Amino acid sequence: MITAEQKPLNEILDYISPYDRIILVGCNECVTVCAAGGRKEVGLLASALHLNFLKHGRTVEIKEITLERQCDPEYAEELVSEIDRTDAILSMACGCGVQTIAARYNEKPVFPAVNTKFMGASVSQGIWEEKCQGCGDCLLGITGGICPVARCSKHLLNGPCGGTSKGMCEIAPDVDCAWCLIWERLKALGMEKRYEEIMEAKDFRAAGGGGPRRIIRKDLSL
Amino acid sequence: MKTESKLEKVLASGALAVTSEVGPPRGAIPERVRQKANLIKDHVDAINVTDNQTAMVRMSSWAAGVIIKQMGLDPILQMVTRDRNRLAMQSDIIGAYSLGINTMMCLSGDHAKFGDHPMAKGVFDLDSIQLVQTVQKMRDKGKFQGGADIDTPPKMFIGAAANPFADPFELRVMRLAKKVKAGADFIQTQCIFNLDKFEKYMEMVCDRGLDKKVHLLAGITPMKSAGMARYMKNKVPGMDVPDEIIKRMAGVSKEKQPEEGIKIAIESIERLKQVKGVHGFHIMAIEWEEKVPQIVEKAGLFPRPAL
Amino acid sequence: MKIFEPEIVAFCCHYCAYTAADMAGSKRISYPANVKIIRVPCTGKVDAIHIMKAFEKGADGVYVAGCLQGDCHFKNGNTRAKYRVEQVQIILGDLGWEKQRVAMINMSAGMGERFARTALEFTQTIKQLGPSPIKITHTDINQQAIRF
Ligand code: SF4
Ligand code: SF4
Ligand code: SF4
Repeated sequence: MITAEQKPLNEILDYISPYDRIILVGCNECVTVCAAGGRKEVGLLASALHLNFLKHGRTVEIKEITLERQCDPEYAEELVSEIDRTDAILSMACGCGVQTIAARYNEKPVFPAVNTKFMGASVSQGIWEEKCQGCGDCLLGITGGICPVARCSKHLLNGPCGGTSKGMCEIAPDVDCAWCLIWERLKALGMEKRYEEIMEAKDFRAAGGGGPRRIIRKDLSL
Repeated sequence: MKTESKLEKVLASGALAVTSEVGPPRGAIPERVRQKANLIKDHVDAINVTDNQTAMVRMSSWAAGVIIKQMGLDPILQMVTRDRNRLAMQSDIIGAYSLGINTMMCLSGDHAKFGDHPMAKGVFDLDSIQLVQTVQKMRDKGKFQGGADIDTPPKMFIGAAANPFADPFELRVMRLAKKVKAGADFIQTQCIFNLDKFEKYMEMVCDRGLDKKVHLLAGITPMKSAGMARYMKNKVPGMDVPDEIIKRMAGVSKEKQPEEGIKIAIESIERLKQVKGVHGFHIMAIEWEEKVPQIVEKAGLFPRPAL
Repeated sequence: MKIFEPEIVAFCCHYCAYTAADMAGSKRISYPANVKIIRVPCTGKVDAIHIMKAFEKGADGVYVAGCLQGDCHFKNGNTRAKYRVEQVQIILGDLGWEKQRVAMINMSAGMGERFARTALEFTQTIKQLGPSPIKITHTDINQQAIRF
């Protein structure tokens, strides 16, 4: 899933302080799961904003709405009934959601309230780690189910580099060396031979080097 | 002979090769390059020119390499994949070759985190093995990485690095095999302090017949002090410094420690000369280039063959 | 000059702090009337948003009183509450408010005196900090609540 973290409050306040009526819009999917922009966080942020404005003697109307999926135009429609009564939109979804809202409500300023971080997975309660960079040409089938693109600090396709130490990456003693993990896994699977096959230079067009990427499914499009 | 490289000639002659390195200055000071090269010029066959070593900005390795070339010496162009994509690297290879550089080292490079621009984006469009492949394809097939023909291809003698000590140990020889398969002609290793482990590594290298396919130069670094030995052991990723070495360094007075460090380096060379598959030495005297001649002479590697 | 009498909200766990308050009452140990107790089945039930809402409604200080560490009837409700209090402290800090306006306190059911003492201490802390930075009178807030 996509992970995110709330922006510093000051930055959010800088964005929205010119406005008196705001829609604070969360998303029920990824950002709910990583507790950055779901219904609960929308409530908390709204409350924090209220406190701040009250301190300055201002009452700002903050309408809290959490959409099922903010990156889906169908759900973005749900703001229609509110949009005329608002001055600005503050989105707690990932960048995809923010942009979907911005594209739909052209005439209102839309601000992000979170920093979208990475595609990752929860490794334990409250901890998420980057797992995939959407390279467009998945290698997991030949790397033992461990991604060298996202998890090797140098994105090496033929690792490990000389910096690995006790199974950890040279950049920090608490970051696993992806290539040590790959090797261990290949061994466990009896696929040591595969390691000696050279992985050719990657075609980065699939990874976004060819400009913004797009998926077209004729069978699904209208 | 694949190239005009002097290093290739020395290695082909069967003599033990000697290389050392010059780190380009952090400023527009060409004299500094000449000074450093002058210190070692009579005692080595070729001089590595490091490429933004430890991820710190320095004079570009090919520019410093050209300065060394102009002195009539033989630079080895180091190239890390951290700072440039495949277009930039290939054009630099053509440029360097056009200015007389015919030997290079393909590396991935330290992570930018360790340098003076930790906020930089690491490129890593290719990794070191893919860079070796690229340079070989340019030389032997006359083609760019992308497939187009090169009009007058650069002929580089291709080097790569190996760290026999990084984990997992069992992978180290396999990784070397990959570099050889990719097209490496010679290998320079990480500094060797744990000779027992290195000998074991070389046995495995020879068992696989890799000594027949690649020239391996053993990395030697003289230590200045017990403090440096400890630092290397604890702080430098992938370095293996046995406690005996630290004890030996610490066992002599502070003033005597540099001398002891050089003694250890010379003894290491003497011992490694006997090891099958070792075809030369790469002496990395970090900010201590002036000691290289002494080490080379005392280790019986002087004079260098005249070719 | 009018003396500042803070409004304090105390979320008290039914199994410990609330019982302790009861005991303080029956033992005639007095504690400041500023403290308004809200009984909760477990402090684990108190979410950050509840604390925030109390501040929005004009509370000058809020504390959560739960069982002693390791004694939660629901295993770790009081530990969760502690983290939520810390979360609100961070938000208040970001807003430039005093973090001491919110606190986590632990006690057992038998600690009537401790209940009274902490209520007094917390009230004193808040008195020293002064009124909540909210500049709007409570009537304004109530009107605002109606508007929504
Ligand atoms: S907007 Fe879409 S991608 Fe972003 S958090 Fe919501 S559901 Fe996930
Ligand atoms: S190989 Fe590419 S698609 Fe597969 S997990 Fe890694 S980044 Fe994602
Ligand atoms: S130590 Fe491992 S994960 Fe880190 S850069 Fe080297 S190969 Fe990649």
